[in-house]
Amino acid sequence: MSAPFLDRHLGPSVHEREAMLAELGLASLEDLAAAVIPADILLPPGAAAEGLPEACSEADALAELASIAADNAVRRSLIGLGYHGTATPALIQRHVLENPCWYTAYTPYQAEIAQGRLEALLNFQTLVSELTGLPIANASLLDEGTAAAEAMAMALAVSRRQGARRFLVDRAVLPQTLAVLQTRAEPLEITLELVDPEALSGASLPADAFGLLLQLPGCDGRLWNPEPLLTAARSAGLISTVAIDPLAQVLLAPVGNLGADIAVGSLQRYGVPMGFGGPHAAFFATRDAYRRQIPGRLVGQSRDAEGNPALRLALQTREQHIRRDKATSNICTAQVLLAVMASFYAVHHGPEGLEAIAGRVLALRRALAAGLASLGLSCDGTAGFDTLVLRHHRAADLVARAEAAGFNLRAGVRGEGADEALAISLDELSTSSELETLLAALGDNPAAAAQAAAAMADSLASEGSDADAARAELSAAGLPVRRRAWLDQPVFHAYRCESELLRYIQRLVSRDLSLVHGMIPLGSCTMKLNAAAELAPVSWPGFAHLHPFAPHDQSAGYRRLVADLEGWLAAITGFAGVSLQPNAGSQGEYAGLMVIRAWHQSRGENHRRICLIPTSAHGTNPASAVMAGMQVVAVACDDQGNIDLADLEAKATTHAADLAALMVTYPSTHGVFETGIRRICEVVHHHGGQVYLDGANLNAQVGLCKPGLYGADVCHLNLHKTFCIPHGGGGPGVGPIGVAAHLLPFLPSHPLASLGSSSAIGPVSAAPWGSAGILPISWMYIRMMGGAGLRTASQVALLAANLIAERLHPHFPVLYRGAGGRVAHECILDLRPLKRSCGLEVDDLAKRLMDYGFHAPTVSWPVAGTVMVEPTESEALAELNRFCNAMVAIRAEAAAIENGSADPLNNPLKRAPHTLAAVTADGWDRPYSRQQAAFPAGAVQQGSKVWPAVARIDNAYGDRNLVCTCPSVEELAVRLDSTTLSPTPVAA
Amino acid sequence: MALSYPDDCRYANSHEYVRPEGERLRVGITAFAVDQLGDIVFVELPEVGATITAGSSFGSVESVKAVEDLNAPVSGVVAARNEAVLASPEELQNDPYGEGWLLMVTPSDPSEADGLMDAPTYRSKVEGA
Repeated sequence: MSAPFLDRHLGPSVHEREAMLAELGLASLEDLAAAVIPADILLPPGAAAEGLPEACSEADALAELASIAADNAVRRSLIGLGYHGTATPALIQRHVLENPCWYTAYTPYQAEIAQGRLEALLNFQTLVSELTGLPIANASLLDEGTAAAEAMAMALAVSRRQGARRFLVDRAVLPQTLAVLQTRAEPLEITLELVDPEALSGASLPADAFGLLLQLPGCDGRLWNPEPLLTAARSAGLISTVAIDPLAQVLLAPVGNLGADIAVGSLQRYGVPMGFGGPHAAFFATRDAYRRQIPGRLVGQSRDAEGNPALRLALQTREQHIRRDKATSNICTAQVLLAVMASFYAVHHGPEGLEAIAGRVLALRRALAAGLASLGLSCDGTAGFDTLVLRHHRAADLVARAEAAGFNLRAGVRGEGADEALAISLDELSTSSELETLLAALGDNPAAAAQAAAAMADSLASEGSDADAARAELSAAGLPVRRRAWLDQPVFHAYRCESELLRYIQRLVSRDLSLVHGMIPLGSCTMKLNAAAELAPVSWPGFAHLHPFAPHDQSAGYRRLVADLEGWLAAITGFAGVSLQPNAGSQGEYAGLMVIRAWHQSRGENHRRICLIPTSAHGTNPASAVMAGMQVVAVACDDQGNIDLADLEAKATTHAADLAALMVTYPSTHGVFETGIRRICEVVHHHGGQVYLDGANLNAQVGLCKPGLYGADVCHLNLHKTFCIPHGGGGPGVGPIGVAAHLLPFLPSHPLASLGSSSAIGPVSAAPWGSAGILPISWMYIRMMGGAGLRTASQVALLAANLIAERLHPHFPVLYRGAGGRVAHECILDLRPLKRSCGLEVDDLAKRLMDYGFHAPTVSWPVAGTVMVEPTESEALAELNRFCNAMVAIRAEAAAIENGSADPLNNPLKRAPHTLAAVTADGWDRPYSRQQAAFPAGAVQQGSKVWPAVARIDNAYGDRNLVCTCPSVEELAVRLDSTTLSPTPVAA
Repeated sequence: MALSYPDDCRYANSHEYVRPEGERLRVGITAFAVDQLGDIVFVELPEVGATITAGSSFGSVESVKAVEDLNAPVSGVVAARNEAVLASPEELQNDPYGEGWLLMVTPSDPSEADGLMDAPTYRSKVEGA
């Protein structure tokens, strides 16, 4: 039998753990857990592991998962509805999707060591902006359904129609988008009205409507010219959104040019596997006037301390972590890894390549229509892009015949049943030979099939299959087509040969710091090991290539995977059931609160809307509560950062009649296991409320205590933190919720899957199981670790955090500790005394850590002027030592400022980080040496130096001068002529 | 760095000041508020002619790390607004009592400003904390 996986997952060896325990004066990991976790919630090992599998080796787990994947049947899905077959270029699969340099990176808050993915995201934003004709595009959203819901919320916020609460929705909207809109609209008191947009005109737009959503092409594949309606909507003061297909949009005039205020959609078909529904990169673009209202992350250009262009996240004050309950969106994470894939897909193909793909799809649609007509199966003759609708009394029979031949067609279209209509959606993978096979399956005899194939061949030969032919066909149908050159930025033209693209990808990789370089000790983010064995199955065709709406019997493997994972996560949290649908932590929060809301409603207590939130909570909590139609009431914290029980009791009593919930993070955002957690839950229950537990810090609890057993009613889990799904450089995430038995009936449903009871809330994500395609990662982790291993992992996480607290406390005071004098899985180090003694800001330390080869801990959260360190269980003692040594060395550098031996402004901290260009420049006029600048840790750094790509970035400059797309050729030319701007294009 | 609090201004709890200039009041935010916000990147102000109400928000100011409502220290009508600050928010940062003013307001009750703090009171409030 091969070695247990546990030893590979854990950083410190058994001997190292003993030494670490000895340093802390502890005898065992169990002693440590007992010192950290309140006795009234700590479980013995047996009870903690109940319901969880025994550990197994990597090889055994892979074999077991392979048999599960084999239960999924991968067919050619021509179902469409927002999910399409796509050819992921092998280069992108190997060097982006499967490359830990991309997938283990964190969100690019520390921009100086994230220039690579920031540039890839700028390319993504540029692509979206060019596709949509709208200048401000964000760095991706979770899925098309939630992007449409964000558009609805933004439209409500910016509409000048006072008091209007009606949102008009195209009847041809994707069914899952409509369902997500319905979920989101109800708590915001928005009325959805389904409309036939082609029948609408300026005069028929209701006076109480604030916005309009069109789907082009519609779910029935139909295309029409929206320009008159968009113009009428604009003059009537409605905010209009168009959900577009990014491949069709290659040929069509950008909707922004036709008058749309917002465009949304999904770039899945740009090389991102379907993965049974996700994760994919959705997009959101809008007009310049709404730059401060756009949801999600936005990459923008600024400049660094040397005056060079540099990228970073722009206008962060829009985001929920700052606006809290005034935010109009709770969105935090993006889908960075998938957005990066899609951007490289566009870089790989360039505009001509994309047009060729789109042209071929349209030509094959036309040819297939001819072939079907030859079989006596006439499609409706409307203009479209990739989808044909066949209304036929034998529709169900035809779908069955196609399925027998390996094709999934869509049974039923837009209200017409499976026995009345079917739809066929073509994609990048479609070929004429494949369609001949399909026609053969649909035809009654070989002769008819041969005739149909000939009709198809005739169509292709006579009308052409290039982009020009496609544009001509669309134009002839009265549709506005794309006339002007687009995507002319150099990056979309420079990398046609694979050697060059490989080097470009590698060049971007070399500018980023990720877990391949060293630990990323971000508090509350749990940057633990993302093991290769956990990641590998994501690429298996049995998981990667399933359509989310494929026939039920084709996804037996996924259903087993989901059932296993739901069962294990329920066992871990002590809950009765789990929903895997939320595809980010924020969506988990929202789903959990909506479940609580539905429970109150079911008891005739719809008035319970008060949500108590401690002042220490993450900003997403209040933002989610407002989206769930709740009113936030803050609860004070005491000097130790714990919930002030007296204030909680007072607020709960005051609001007893209307109390809906308390949102509590446990262990607290201050990294402490509050001893009063049971009492806190009792107080809330006593006053009729429910307890929502934010599971951001679950990594301190797994295998040790269970939220469901100490009083929580709902808890969300971040599979991308605690259960090894990598951060992807800023997404994907997965944020399932676990609920107590009384809340089970309210877990989210989905219109296209048998999911949820009759009391269920609507879907919170576009796909039934959210980001199903990455669930194998967490399955592998739990399967390999086993119940006992998970407990050990949590204990080692506590051990590592306490070691760091012990080591660094003499240099940076540890701000909060639990009752036993220990911290939980993270600790907050106070830097405020250094601001007073030598003017040192938290950012100075964060940037200086880059010179030492580290990513900073979480800065100024949850307490301004501090850093929060979470080492996780996966870092070896040598790495923990290296980090502690760097922090101690930085403290010594600060001491040099304090005692006057270093200049207060011109010193290695204030001028960090130091680039290769700066320290190798011919001139060096700083009062410290180049060695100290670049190799502060000494000789140990010589072999492993990570160079920050740019010097300290000026955030204010970029926010005052927003640039969030790549410069075009013309802009570059102007820039080259200019003496005031750098001639170096950021994205060339 | 010592922050200034001119004696010819009166101060609101929410860190706005007013300076009487003839029949009108010049309105801005204090050096203390500017220092707390950090690098200011965006200012949002009401149109000329708009009515503002004491204690209610009349706009917002954003830095790279925070966004704060601007609260009206008095009620009145906006007679002028500082277009230069809207175009270059750094003006506010560099000179909050001078070039970085925000609004000229015609107060609905000229005596309302008397209810605000004088400079020593405001200084001890923000610096005594």
